[in-house]
Amino acid sequence: MSMNLEREKEVLVGSQLAETKKLNLSSILYVGTVISMLVALYFIFIYAAEEKTMGAAQKIFYFHVSSAWLAFMAFFVTFVCSILFLIKRKRIFDTYAYVSAEIGVVFTIIVLTTGPIWAKSSWNTWWVWEPRLITTLILFFIYVAYIMIRQMDGVWDKKARLAAVFGIIGFADVPIVFFAIRWWQTKFHPIVFGDGPSQSGGGIEGTMLTALFVSLAAFTILYSYFLYKGVSFENMKIKVERYKEKLREDLDK
Amino acid sequence: MNQMRTALFLAKKDLYSELKTKQILVTQIIFAALVIVVFSFAFDPANNTTKAVIPGVIWVIIVFSGILGLNRSFISEQRNDTIQGLLVAPMEATSIYLGKFLANFTMMLIVELVSIPFLFLLFDFKFLGSIPYFILVIFLGSFGFIAIGTFLAALAANSKSSEMLLPLLLFPITTPILIGVVQATRIILTNMEKFSSALAWIQLVTAYDVIFFVVCFLLIDYVLEV
Amino acid sequence: MIEIKKLTKQADNKLILRSVDLSIKKGETVAILGPNGAGKSTLLKVLATLIKPTSGQVVINGLDLKKNAISIKKLLGYLPHSSLLYDHYSPLENLIFFGNIYGVNKVEEKAIKLVKDVGLSFFLNEPVKNFSRGMIQRIAIARAIVHDPEILLLDEPHTGLDQGAISILNNVILSMKEKGATTLMVTHDFKQAAEICDRIIIVKNGKIVDDFVIEDHNLTFVSEKYELQVEGIS
Repeated sequence: MSMNLEREKEVLVGSQLAETKKLNLSSILYVGTVISMLVALYFIFIYAAEEKTMGAAQKIFYFHVSSAWLAFMAFFVTFVCSILFLIKRKRIFDTYAYVSAEIGVVFTIIVLTTGPIWAKSSWNTWWVWEPRLITTLILFFIYVAYIMIRQMDGVWDKKARLAAVFGIIGFADVPIVFFAIRWWQTKFHPIVFGDGPSQSGGGIEGTMLTALFVSLAAFTILYSYFLYKGVSFENMKIKVERYKEKLREDLDK
Repeated sequence: MNQMRTALFLAKKDLYSELKTKQILVTQIIFAALVIVVFSFAFDPANNTTKAVIPGVIWVIIVFSGILGLNRSFISEQRNDTIQGLLVAPMEATSIYLGKFLANFTMMLIVELVSIPFLFLLFDFKFLGSIPYFILVIFLGSFGFIAIGTFLAALAANSKSSEMLLPLLLFPITTPILIGVVQATRIILTNMEKFSSALAWIQLVTAYDVIFFVVCFLLIDYVLEV
Repeated sequence: MIEIKKLTKQADNKLILRSVDLSIKKGETVAILGPNGAGKSTLLKVLATLIKPTSGQVVINGLDLKKNAISIKKLLGYLPHSSLLYDHYSPLENLIFFGNIYGVNKVEEKAIKLVKDVGLSFFLNEPVKNFSRGMIQRIAIARAIVHDPEILLLDEPHTGLDQGAISILNNVILSMKEKGATTLMVTHDFKQAAEICDRIIIVKNGKIVDDFVIEDHNLTFVSEKYELQVEGIS
């Protein structure tokens, strides 16, 4: 079986140039993630004041909120890319939507695990049926279903199309879920930003707010790094599939 | 309107075929009855506190027996590839959706018409609230549930294990409806003083119905596209 | 009548149709021959609007397939492997349902006449599920032509039919031809292809490798051409 080198290169047209550029972006994001994470850790553990009643356990709050922010952002990217895919039908949008949804699910799991830890030390109960927590749980279920659509058998464009449709429906559902649950029962969660009417434990100290914003920024960079890596990983998979197909065709001849 | 006409033909076809075989409807009704019986084991009907769970039980019946019907709705078109026959016919995808929705919705209402009185009877439930509002809530809730359910059934039918996939897709998406209608039903059945709050829930469910009916209408083209 | 330009279809990474160009005039009866997996059925499904092409243009009767799908669908009669019939419906109910969807006038009379034409009027009100393969195929043919299509797309219509059913099918195709209908037929049956078709297209590896007109139902001519193209090279 003689693989023809010239023919191999045909598939890779133009990718040689892009490779070096990509490498730069990847390492920039990587370095950015490491630095911003270290800075965020400094701000969280050393700079920010310790909460009076909860002590060190309160520190998890920064990761909790940042993960939630990251997950919501990831699902929003999935939503936008789903719409773009249905309009433009370019595979790259589908890849972005998929990778973003996966990252979102992982960070939703982090939110759902850090949430109870926070709840235990703050309200002395592991799980509370509280709007934001339930919305996150529902969100988790929606995007697990989204990934299950991706696992269906069939050609990619069918799966991509159906997943995109579900990505749109799922995201459109989120605000309604949130309002429904908020009406259903409003308890517990302190409203961090602005004045929380009739809710105790509101408000946040200045240093804590700074630490929160720093960790939000760090998580945003982390997200773009993950997204970038995931997408290039998926693209490599697609490329390998294409090589396999080419090889099969050559063998058939 | 031409679209509506074909949708009606399609709905008629499904309902007439159901009339001949009676497969799905009978299964749905028996299933609903079984759920009621299981609930009577779980919560003692003689106990007065049981009345509190009735609004929830009503919706558990509707959701679970509804999903049986939704599962069949598009799978039944795979036999002899009749779905291809519909796709090559000169009609919009929205007509197929609308036809399937009408058929499923009619069947759902029939199941409710039989099973809810049966539930009240078995649990010896004294109806205190307002019957028209109760019917309105049931109607709006079923409408939204079936509208989004029909859409997701069409989506799930592409999978080989669509019976397992559909509940996973449907339940998270319908949470707002389920919360809304259960709350509204509870208030209407047991506590009419808080009626204004029930009205707010009804508005939420109506808004959901409208939004998702429109969204499904816009997106069904992409689901049924080949 | 049918103009196909640079039609390509890609599923995952596999090219099923590679830049197919084809033009078919009104009233022609065309057979599409080729080995398994050559893309014959895909070509037919693209025409039947069941598969979206990856690229390329299909113009039917002066209308672009992408833009005027609904009005094109009215012209098409499609008969795939499966019958597209509802099992517990009788032939009459099946035909009336599909006739209604296509907006056929006086649909009941038309349906009864069609069932009679395919020789099953005795079973008019029996559920289709009790029928044999040959009987189902006859009703499936009737279903495909219930709206008097101008273009017939047949996917291996002769497979699994007995002699009687084959002659009924051929009669239907010929009578549609007299009315000016265009027929495209994917088939493995050279004998039937030579019998009723006046043009043969051979497809291999997603490309049209041969396209010729036959006269006098010359079966050996077709077989020779086919062997040359398909078996000759490898």
